[in-house]
Amino acid sequence: AGRGRRRASGLTGVVVRPHSSRSAHLAPWVPVVGLEIHAQISSNSKLFSGSQVQFAAPPNSLVSFFDASLPGTLPVLNRRCVEAAVMTGLALNCSINKKSLFDRKHYFYADLPAGYQITQQRVPIAVNGSLSYSLCIDNKMSQMVTKTVRIKQIQLEQDSGKSLHDDTRSQTLVDLNRAGVGLMEVVMEPDMCCGEEAAAAVRELQLILQTLGSSQAVMAEGQLRVDANVSVHHPGEPYGVRTEVKNINSMRFLAKAIDYEIQRQIEELENGGTILNETRAFDSKLGCTVPMRDKEGQQDYRFMPEPNLPPLILYDAKSLPANMNHQQVINIDWIHERLPDLPSVKRKKLVEQYGILPEHSFTLLNEDGLAEFFESVVKQTQMKPKKVIGWILKDLLSYLKQHSLTVKESPVSSFLLADLLNLLEKKEISSTAAKQVLAELWKGEGKTPLEIVKEQKLELLQDQKELEQICQAVIDGHENEVMAIKAGNPKVLNKLIGLVQKKTQGRSNPVLVKQLLEKKLSG
Amino acid sequence: MRALLLGPWLRAARGLPRAPGSGHRHRGHGGHRPQGPLRQKVSVEVLDHLEHLALVDFRDAEGVERLQKAIQFADQLHEVNTNGVEPMDSVLEDRCLYLREDDVTEGNCTKELLENAREKVEEYFVAPPGNIPLPKLEERETFLQGSQ
Repeated sequence: AGRGRRRASGLTGVVVRPHSSRSAHLAPWVPVVGLEIHAQISSNSKLFSGSQVQFAAPPNSLVSFFDASLPGTLPVLNRRCVEAAVMTGLALNCSINKKSLFDRKHYFYADLPAGYQITQQRVPIAVNGSLSYSLCIDNKMSQMVTKTVRIKQIQLEQDSGKSLHDDTRSQTLVDLNRAGVGLMEVVMEPDMCCGEEAAAAVRELQLILQTLGSSQAVMAEGQLRVDANVSVHHPGEPYGVRTEVKNINSMRFLAKAIDYEIQRQIEELENGGTILNETRAFDSKLGCTVPMRDKEGQQDYRFMPEPNLPPLILYDAKSLPANMNHQQVINIDWIHERLPDLPSVKRKKLVEQYGILPEHSFTLLNEDGLAEFFESVVKQTQMKPKKVIGWILKDLLSYLKQHSLTVKESPVSSFLLADLLNLLEKKEISSTAAKQVLAELWKGEGKTPLEIVKEQKLELLQDQKELEQICQAVIDGHENEVMAIKAGNPKVLNKLIGLVQKKTQGRSNPVLVKQLLEKKLSG
Repeated sequence: MRALLLGPWLRAARGLPRAPGSGHRHRGHGGHRPQGPLRQKVSVEVLDHLEHLALVDFRDAEGVERLQKAIQFADQLHEVNTNGVEPMDSVLEDRCLYLREDDVTEGNCTKELLENAREKVEEYFVAPPGNIPLPKLEERETFLQGSQ
């Protein structure tokens, strides 16, 4: 794949040129991508039972009789899960259904002991929302475009258990710890056109969920799972047959899997083939999608109302019932008032408060704890935020990335960095020296910036006379360069400045050196 | 299985024939159309589909006939005019849905749960690898094979 040329248009979406060489007159392809995202609700206990929600516990230790589908057990709805879904619905601009219903979706699989999943097929808890996300055009951070994807609905449903396939012994090992954990399924309409857009939308959703606390949304722990629906068609024609791509378990593979599937469908159609309405799995090792064995043929889920659960009724300030136990009432308006600032609002505030660029605010929010670190440094230093941001995003962040550390694990605290930046701001050291000090601080040996400066003799020369003498010496020793400058080539001055820097071992203020040299040379 | 007589209130509304076994002749319906198949035989494809979905085995002609009669019995529901009437899920649908506090109160009973398992491996349940689909109609031994 990759033989075609792709032209991304920020306004109308990606249009893919045909691949084959004899296709100069073939119509272009429009890819269409929709997403179904399952986010595990962050709660102590499961959606319909009191067993614990926890990653990586001994197998079958977090399983109640209901989770194991033993006869005589009944579902009891967890209030916290409902609140999580309402918060998420409100954050995604959805209408919250004051009356929603539970249904059974039937299918057979070893990790679904009941033979059905309790979900919300007819009337889900939230509908008709939207999510705005941003993309960089042409991989340049400087040009960002905002896009929107419609949220069709959010529904509450049970997670299934986990199957471990033992191919050598031809058996499956089943762990029901995850069976019954609450999920929010977020359905995004097919408003996206490529892997990049899908990944950006999912990333923004992840940040929103983490900000709300309704889900920790860590993909590596299976708390955020994405299925993509992909199809292609010619402009003006009806949508093509879509395939569902499952088993995407990282953000990186999400874009890859979708883009591969788009290319596969285009090649198939251009070669005269057809697309089957099937489910495919992404093979991360091979970087391609393959048909899923167990999903052959159309599924018939035989939806029916869940007879053991009456409708879920939610209230708002107006409809609040007078004489009902508080614990039994969920007030949508009360939840709305307590929503935290969403990422988009936080970014706006950072830009307004500190005068940084929008793309800076994106990077700050993209790293867990980085925005807080930045604000903490700004508080502790006289350096302007616009200058501080450079140190955070270029120096600190690149160190963290190089050593695969999170902000929390940084050996350089905000206090130390602020201390260093203060030295720079007071012109006690040059910026080159500051970088050297930072490299030393990174070793985490407990020294303060001032101690390192003294140790390595990095203080800027404060003695003007000494500096003048060195400048004079450099001028005297480089007649050719002096002549070039006097002849009208000012750029050569930089070489002299560099030589002075070398002689002073980086302890001279380049601005001051330039002034001194210019003064001497003009005479 | 004999079809249940649904009583005078139905007859009064519709003018149904007296003996239910004599087949449906839908006269005097007003604006209401029946939605299901009328006294049609359930096709082999549908029976095969049901066997795949629900893993039942109709076994023999009597089993299939029992299904036919059950469908016929249920079809009588179409005689009732439900225009403008909200479907009811259960007689409990006006009750309050109880909301539980998010506390951990269950679990930690691995031993008990595994007691019923025929096979186990280090506290995992053991199942066959993936779903074993029912073989296609031509390939399996079922009564349905002989039908047209």
